[in-house]
Amino acid sequence: MSTEIEALVGREYQYGFVTDIAADTIPPGLSEDVVRLISAKKREPEWLLEWRLKAYRRWLTMKEPTWPNVHYPAIDYQAVRYYSAPVTAKPLGSLDEVDPTLLETYKKLGIPLGEQKMLAGVAVDAVFDSVSVGTTYKAELAKHGIIFCSFSEAVHEHPELIRKYLGSVIPYSDNFFAALNSAVFSDGSFCYIPKGVKCPMELSTYFRINAADTGQFERTLIVAEEGASVSYLEGCTAPKRSTNQLHAAVVELIALDDSTIKYSTVQNWYAGDENGVGGIYNFVTKRGKAMKNAKISWTQVETGSAITWKYPSVILQGDNSVGEFYSVAVVNNMQQADTGTKMIHIGRNTKSNIVSKGISAGRGQNSYRGMVKVLPKAAGARNYTQCDSMLIGNACGAHTFPYIEISNNTATLEHEASTTKIGEDQIFYLKQRGMSAENAVSMIVAGFCKEVFKELPMEFALEAQQLLGITLEGSVG
Amino acid sequence: MSMTHWQAAFAARIARDEPQWLAPMRAAAMTSFNALGFPTTALEDWNYTSLSSIAEVPFTVGASASSTTVADLTPYMINAEWPTIVLLNGSYSPSLSSLDSIPAGMLVMDLAQATREQPALMQQHFGTVATSEHAMTSMNTGLMQDGVFVHVPKHVESETPIHILHVSDAAAAMSAKFPRTLIVAEAFAKATVLESFVGMADVAYFTNHVAEVVVGEHATITHTKIQRESDLATHVSTTEVHQARNSHYVNFSMAMGSKLSRTNVYTVLDGDGGGVTLNGLYLGKGTQHTDHQTRIEHAQPNCFSRELYKGVLDDASHAVFNGKVYVHPIAQKTDGKQSNHTLLLSPDARIDTKPQLEIFADDVRCTHGATVGRMDEAGLFYMKSRGVPAETARRLLTYAFAADVLETIENETVKQALEQLTLERYAGSGNNTAHAAREH
Repeated sequence: MSTEIEALVGREYQYGFVTDIAADTIPPGLSEDVVRLISAKKREPEWLLEWRLKAYRRWLTMKEPTWPNVHYPAIDYQAVRYYSAPVTAKPLGSLDEVDPTLLETYKKLGIPLGEQKMLAGVAVDAVFDSVSVGTTYKAELAKHGIIFCSFSEAVHEHPELIRKYLGSVIPYSDNFFAALNSAVFSDGSFCYIPKGVKCPMELSTYFRINAADTGQFERTLIVAEEGASVSYLEGCTAPKRSTNQLHAAVVELIALDDSTIKYSTVQNWYAGDENGVGGIYNFVTKRGKAMKNAKISWTQVETGSAITWKYPSVILQGDNSVGEFYSVAVVNNMQQADTGTKMIHIGRNTKSNIVSKGISAGRGQNSYRGMVKVLPKAAGARNYTQCDSMLIGNACGAHTFPYIEISNNTATLEHEASTTKIGEDQIFYLKQRGMSAENAVSMIVAGFCKEVFKELPMEFALEAQQLLGITLEGSVG
Repeated sequence: MSMTHWQAAFAARIARDEPQWLAPMRAAAMTSFNALGFPTTALEDWNYTSLSSIAEVPFTVGASASSTTVADLTPYMINAEWPTIVLLNGSYSPSLSSLDSIPAGMLVMDLAQATREQPALMQQHFGTVATSEHAMTSMNTGLMQDGVFVHVPKHVESETPIHILHVSDAAAAMSAKFPRTLIVAEAFAKATVLESFVGMADVAYFTNHVAEVVVGEHATITHTKIQRESDLATHVSTTEVHQARNSHYVNFSMAMGSKLSRTNVYTVLDGDGGGVTLNGLYLGKGTQHTDHQTRIEHAQPNCFSRELYKGVLDDASHAVFNGKVYVHPIAQKTDGKQSNHTLLLSPDARIDTKPQLEIFADDVRCTHGATVGRMDEAGLFYMKSRGVPAETARRLLTYAFAADVLETIENETVKQALEQLTLERYAGSGNNTAHAAREH
């Protein structure tokens, strides 16, 4: 079976092209001057520069974490370019002014940016290298009082909101990569849903790293006022390059009383080749704070990146708040992933639900690392965790590191985990019904991940399933 | 301060006459302990348990004279007819031990005698299993005094448990002891060893115990540990096991004593077709801190592992469970199951549990599960509706929760003894309540 599958293996990473576009790039290296330069390029107010500098100074005192179960050569932070922007003569007024090459890129990526979006009905903010190149659907959203724009724009247009919420869930001192991001973040998305408003469409951001040797440090901030609700999607791609590129993003969610935020990610950064050359280091900090009766739901499909290190978390601050985490993480070839979640139960009757599906193939190493913490005052807290791993091939690994810390006896917690080989008999059964080995595998995997996929918005679910198929191609031997 | 204190104790110890093979091992271990120091919570494996409370305490090594008699030990004997070897305050006590009924062919003796009479066996096995780079293990090797050697020759099978009784009485106050156990089962051998740690007086002391277990091909060792040290004691115990082809090792850890206890059980399934069962029960009360850490290493194919730890935590007690299952790339067809269930009886009780799987082989079936919760309200209601008083119902349900894992103990006498201990722990409050109810 292995040869026929191996023949199918080498399907190319289809987003691996490079767009030849003029870019305003600063030389590699990091210093206070670089931080000031980035801030100046973005014409930022003084307080934001101060905040960046505080973050930078704190970062200098911090050590890169070594506890994740991933291995990579030391990163030279002085060799990274911290800013790269497509050159435009003036600030963009509308999509029509966007460089057509760029639009072509997004078309190749299949993002419905431009007129096609009308049909898709998705409002997109696209971040190319470091800057946001266009936000569609702004007028439509504005009717509802929803703000959806690039982070830089928000800094100028809505400084009071940014000042109030920036760093309120993930302080700049939170961890090494969050501090780095806080110092040098170049752009990202900002989204604000006013009180009682249900966002009428899915909001979406597409991230793309294009320039070589650049790091991408975007920041997303979503605020849902009382009773508001929003569903937010995020997708990522990068060109194929033989050097590793750093991506250290920060995502902060604030769900005020009775609001709902649903955040979905399909992460398909370039994963490196089959020998582990190149690929993105995806070191991301994502955290949400849920106030009274609020709900934050993270759904992620992680198929790309050479190394993934991320733990979308929920601080269940308010009574009756709900946190959810649905994850599919796939590693193939030399990919490594250390991902999971943290659910911090602070309020009473808080609930969290964790479903994690890890798939390891090739020489990939996949770790689930999760924490469920119930503080003494979180009476009636409830957690259910299920983390399953599937192994395809005998050179990969699957690891589970759940930390369960319970300090309240009215809490109820259940944790289940299993690790198994992909069902030989299931493959056999499907093959004898006339399916190819590859289709059989992709069908079994789709079934394995069903609980997570059903949480994704329709178009994303389809894309995720396809991605999974591509990532795992040729992994059955 | 403290490291020089222990170094001085070490210097006093090496003055004693010791065989050539042992002295360098001791010295190397002491060097390693000096380098590592007492574990701190910065270490992942000691994240939830701090030994800082004892790291600076100048415990004496060895206790003063004691007047404990055979009669005093009666409540702890479990069964007086079993061969029983007594270590009183860390020192072998020939007068308290009764070794007349040792099954034919087996050797049960203190380490000093073993070193004299069985140099070949000792040299072959001693220090070959407890090789983990752990500060507490190094400390034991560096400072150990007396201990016990159990040898089960090829094809010798015995159902009679060998009882190793570690007793601490009032004379143990402010002392530290480093007992050591070596159990060797040759091919096709079968034996049961029971290790009890008993505190007879309310005094503070420090026990740092290491057991090494060698399980030969097709051999079976059943190893039960009962920890009921003084409520002021600090207890650290590390059991390391090496398992050959088709061997089976069964460990049960009962933890109910000590102010702070830490039990490590580490086993390596180093041959095809072996199996291991690690079960345990921890009962916490007051401000007790009870930590269990287990590691099952599947180093060869076709082995199975089963693990069930249950805990009942009352008052402001705190328990920690960390179970690691590690499957090597070649360990195909591994079948592992692990579970940890904790019942929290009081609002101030706390549990930190971390069931961990690290799997590098694909053709495996490994699961783990953990639950934490309080008393089942529906169960309570049901019993009350059948006329069972609330407090009795609570007691019964608590006992039933714990008894479930005690059921796995094969030896009927040991099982009953542990059931009795569990009952006594939970009968107390129940009886008082029943009593109070009658008086009203």
